[in-house]
This record gives sequence, structure tokens and C-alpha cells, in this order.
Amino acid sequence: MTDHPTRTTALPWPRRHSTPFPQAAKIKLADTQLRRNLRKATTTIRAKRAAVVGELPDWEELREAARATKAATLRELDVHLLRLEESVTAAGGKVHWARDGAEANAMVAAIARGHGVDEVVKIKSLTTDEIDLNVALAEQGITAWETDLAELIVQLGHDESSHILVPAIHKNRSEIQQIFTDSGLDPASDSPADLAGAARRYLRERFLRAKVGVSGANFAIADTGSVVVVESEGNGRMCLTLPEVLVTVMGIEKVLPTWQDLEVFLQVLPRSSTGERMNPYTSIWTGVAAGDGPQEFHLILLDNGRTRALADEIGRQALQCIRCSACLNVCPVYERVGGHAYGSVYPGPIGAIITPLLQGMHGSESLPYASSLCGACYEVCPVKIDIPTVLVHLRDESVQSHTRPTVNDVAFRSLAWIFGDRRRYEKAQQLGKLGTPFGSVFRPWSASRGPLAVAPQSFRAWWQENHR
Amino acid sequence: MRVALFLTCFNDTLFPEVGKAVVTVLERLGCEVDFPLEQTCCGQMHLNTGYGSEAAKLATRFTGVFAPYDMIVTPSGSCAGTVREGYPTLLGLQGPPVHEFTEFLVDVLGVTDVGANFPHRVTYHPTCHSLRALKVGDRPYRLLREVRGIDLVELPAAAECCGFGGTFSVKNPDVSTAMLGDKIRHVLDTGAEVLTAVDTSCLMHIGGGLGHQRAGVRAVHIAEILAAR
Repeated sequence: MTDHPTRTTALPWPRRHSTPFPQAAKIKLADTQLRRNLRKATTTIRAKRAAVVGELPDWEELREAARATKAATLRELDVHLLRLEESVTAAGGKVHWARDGAEANAMVAAIARGHGVDEVVKIKSLTTDEIDLNVALAEQGITAWETDLAELIVQLGHDESSHILVPAIHKNRSEIQQIFTDSGLDPASDSPADLAGAARRYLRERFLRAKVGVSGANFAIADTGSVVVVESEGNGRMCLTLPEVLVTVMGIEKVLPTWQDLEVFLQVLPRSSTGERMNPYTSIWTGVAAGDGPQEFHLILLDNGRTRALADEIGRQALQCIRCSACLNVCPVYERVGGHAYGSVYPGPIGAIITPLLQGMHGSESLPYASSLCGACYEVCPVKIDIPTVLVHLRDESVQSHTRPTVNDVAFRSLAWIFGDRRRYEKAQQLGKLGTPFGSVFRPWSASRGPLAVAPQSFRAWWQENHR
Repeated sequence: MRVALFLTCFNDTLFPEVGKAVVTVLERLGCEVDFPLEQTCCGQMHLNTGYGSEAAKLATRFTGVFAPYDMIVTPSGSCAGTVREGYPTLLGLQGPPVHEFTEFLVDVLGVTDVGANFPHRVTYHPTCHSLRALKVGDRPYRLLREVRGIDLVELPAAAECCGFGGTFSVKNPDVSTAMLGDKIRHVLDTGAEVLTAVDTSCLMHIGGGLGHQRAGVRAVHIAEILAAR
């Protein structure tokens, strides 16, 4: 067995770091290569998305249908999940229920050990990243080979993904060539063809060898027990068909009621994510079929905070997310800082809401504030998650989680007290003192803008003098 | 027509000339303007920063102050958005019916030519709230086009956020500054002398940055352009 590429030690930029967003952002803003990569990539994808969305006359109806289906499914999630279990079982698969990442990881490891293997091939799965499956498997002496090209780059570079869809967006071609060379792959140059060729040779070996494949799922159909993976490169198809055993780890929010529901989602997902009318490979399998593909199929249904999010009346809409990353690509904040600054496997606008919803506010207090509330994300979200509203709702939760009043808490509460009464407000204005609570709230203002000055005469003073 | 002016705490305290301009335009168009002196703040800052219970008190107070009026106009897209969308969605409160200034002129008074004269090169920044929450669309443009002498130029990448976002500009000052830099670059690329918008908050942010750079471009609220003769 050759090298185990999965790290088990901390990195300079561990995905789940505890640096508050403003400080992490400041560091990332100074990374000029990252800034350039992000601007180029997000500008390109934005244009592609706009083109393929613009050509559909019924885009808004599709969005509404997608939102409505997801919202309705979430309201009866238990019903659909139980039906899914029935259907998968009837089709020859086995369903496992995992309360959290630790349970899910233990299940995957047990299945692999049960088959006497020390390696698995993986399709890109954010859900498995969320629970750190690769690290858990490595601790049990099981290597998880990432087969998605960008995930492979991240894995070989002992790095962390910085984007939901294009995890290695922070790397350029020559950096990738270096990473490959250092890992024993042999790209002749940094041209895309040579890099892809080197990756293909490396991956083919592993596809043909591995007995166990691990995947996530984009959707699972309760009616039929069918599971869906949507991808661009074909590595998914390899992992889903070649191994003897297939294990799928799926967040419980991914279930859809009927086969027909795919009609809407398979239109909105590719257009919103890669800006394509259709993605190259859509794989759908139902249980096991004798003599064809994996002969053993396990579906692990993962909670890991999803029921916590579901209980939040305003926040639960975040579970409608189909992981397209359209919100990341239009976010002016994400464009300038990239994914690592968010300190979560889910970055960008969706990450800022789903991270505290899944794991609680502790450790995520700064994420709901990592937004100017511009609303560009809501505009492009194919399932119409009102991200700005959820952000504001979570800000309230963040303030309520303060064990002691902060400087800002005091400033805002005193400002509210002043605004609560006309005479207090007018007095504060007259004394030029409204500048002070405004000022303490806007303290870092003057660093890049001129000073904030209270007008010599307020409007209401002028009005009372001249107009009444 | 009797109209109540909801000026906003910002404009009342920092930019009174915006209020004077709104009064000028409305009176020129035959409205009787009232300014309920009990008004203070709609609570937007508190609502958006996570002080929901303080915002709820301010919202209840605001609703009471403006209860006697059928027509309420404000020269702030973000405050109009807070009352119309924020109050019901986040506070479960039905606020009074508020019109943003350009909406009021075009939809209620039915005018686009308000008799203004402003011979300067002007570029218009669509603020995020007015663009996406209120969807004022091209109303500001239709009003600006009728201004005599104006040289209106389109702002590149207009729909990109300027980076103000209220307390975002102080909680994330570095990202805010990076976004401001790009917005300023686009403004300067138009060769405009004046930048305008329907929100003084964004104008204060971009104008502050332009001033800090001694760029020779000033930020003027759309009401002041429409009031100019």
C-alpha cells in the first residue's frame, strides 16, 4: 500500500478555525493570487449562469416550484425518510440512521473493515467533508482516495477546500503541477490536458482496484428508493459502478418525494452551479441489481444538526439548499475573501447561515455578520432561500448568546434608549451628542472615509423655525 | 394631497438638506407636507444588527407615530424596505404604508418631470435595498432623464454592493473597504462629477471614500437633484 494522503494533523488554515471572520477576512484580502483567482472564476461562472438562466422563459416558475417542493418536503421530513427507507430496503439496499458525524463515520469504517479493505474511492461529497470522514477512516488505517479532480488536488496538497463546487479555486495551474509532482504524479507540463492526463492515470489505478466506493447524494427519491448523483467529470460514474460495495452518506434534507420532482431540480441545479443546461453525468441507482454494479448498497442517513435547523422556523429554509454555489459566485464578500475565511466546510452566504444552524452559534458568532445584506444571493438562489432574512434572524441569536454585554451591545442599547423618546433624541442632537452614540457604533468609520459630522442644524430644528 | 414626511434619523441629524429638498419637490408638485415631530428612528440599524427586541420597541413606536397618515414618504430605500418587509417578516408587525420617494413621485403623483434643472454629469448607483427589496426598478432613471441639462451616464457594474451594509462597514471594515474601492473605481470611470442614489447611507459611504481620495466627485441624494432649479 502506498502513501496515505489524508492528513491527521492541523494545517496552517484548518477549515474549522476559530479566527473570527473579520480577522480571517483581513488576512485573505491581502492574498493577491487568491483575489485574482476568485475574481476571474466568479466573474466567469456568473456570466455563464446568467446566460443559461436568461434563456429560460419560465425560470422564476421553476425556482418557485423548487422552493415549494423543498419546503413541503421539509414539513413532513419524517414521513418521506421512512418511505425512503422502505423503498431502498425493498430494492435490496440497507439503510442506516446516523445521529451525528461520529456515528456515520463509524458505520462507514465498519462496512469497510467488514470487507477487509484498507482503502475506499470517494466521489466528492460535502457531507463527508462536513463529518471529516477521511480523517476518521485514516485513524482506522483506511485510506480514502478522492477522485474528483479538485478534491484530489486539495487532498494531495494537504489543504482544505475553499469553494463548494470548485474546491481548488484558490490554486492556479502551476501550483497544481507542483502538487502533483510532489505526490508522484507525473504531469509533463501545467497545461490542463497534461494535468488531467496525470490525474487520470493516478485515478484509474485506484478505480480498478477499490472494492468499496463512498459517495454523497444530491437527491434521493422516497417513492422508488433511487439515489441521484450529479457530476461533471465521470469519476462519480466510476465510483458508483466499479466497486463491489457502495456506501452513500446523505444529509436527511436531500430526500424528495417523487421521481417527477427531479424534473425541476435537474433543470435548476446545473444552470445554477456550473452554468450548463445539463451536467455531463447524472447517475441514478436503485438498491442493487444482480450482476450489475455494486452488489451491496448502504445508505447512511445523516442528521448532524439538521433537525436542530429544522426546529428553527425562520432558519429551516436553509435546508432547502441543493449545494449549487450560485450564492457564493455572486457574493461580493466571498469574491474578495474566498472560502477559508468562513472557517466552515460550507462557506459563502449559505455557509454563513447553515453553519450556526447546524452546529449552534458557539464558534460561529461572526458568520451571520459576514454580509452586507445586499441580497444578491437571494436573487440567484434556485430554491429561493431568503438568506438576508435568515442572516438577520441569526444576528439576533448571536447577540442573545452573549454571556456579558459587549461594547456594541451597550452602544446599541443606549442608542435605542435615545430613540425611544422625542425629547431625549432632540437633546442628543442639540448637544451634538447624537454623533457620539452614532460615533461609537461607527467608530472604525474614519479610517477610509471622512469624519461623520452632525449637521449644525437638524432638519427638525429648521422645520420648527421655518415651516410650522 | 397631504403627505407625511418620514425623514429617517440619519437625514434628520446628518443630512437635513435631503429633507429640505424632499419638501421642496413635494410642495412644488402640490402636496401639503407634514413632518410628525414625534418621529425618531424606524429601528433598521437595531433590527439588522441583531437587537431585535430593541428594534421591536422602536417599530411599535414608529407605527404609532405614523398611524394618522395614509400617505407617508421617505427618501430612504433601506428604511422603506425595513418598514415594508422587515417589520412583518422579522418582527411580526404590520407597519404603516410607506412609499420610497421616487416610487411616490412616479406611482402616486404620476410624474417623471418635476421641473428640475441640474446641468452636471451624473451617474446613478442603485442601492441594494431599493434594487432588490423594494424593486424601484427604473423609476429613479425616469425621473433623472427629465432633469434639464443633466448628462446622465450609466454606472458600470451598477448592481454590485458598495460595501456599506450599515454596521457591516464597521464589523467588517476591511472587506467593506475592498468593496468600496471597486465601487469608487466604477464611479470614476464614468467621468461623472456627481454620484446620486436614493439612500444617503450608501452615498455617505461612497462619498466619504471619494472625499478621502480627493477624487473631485460629490455624492448628492436624488431629492437634491430633483429640487434643483
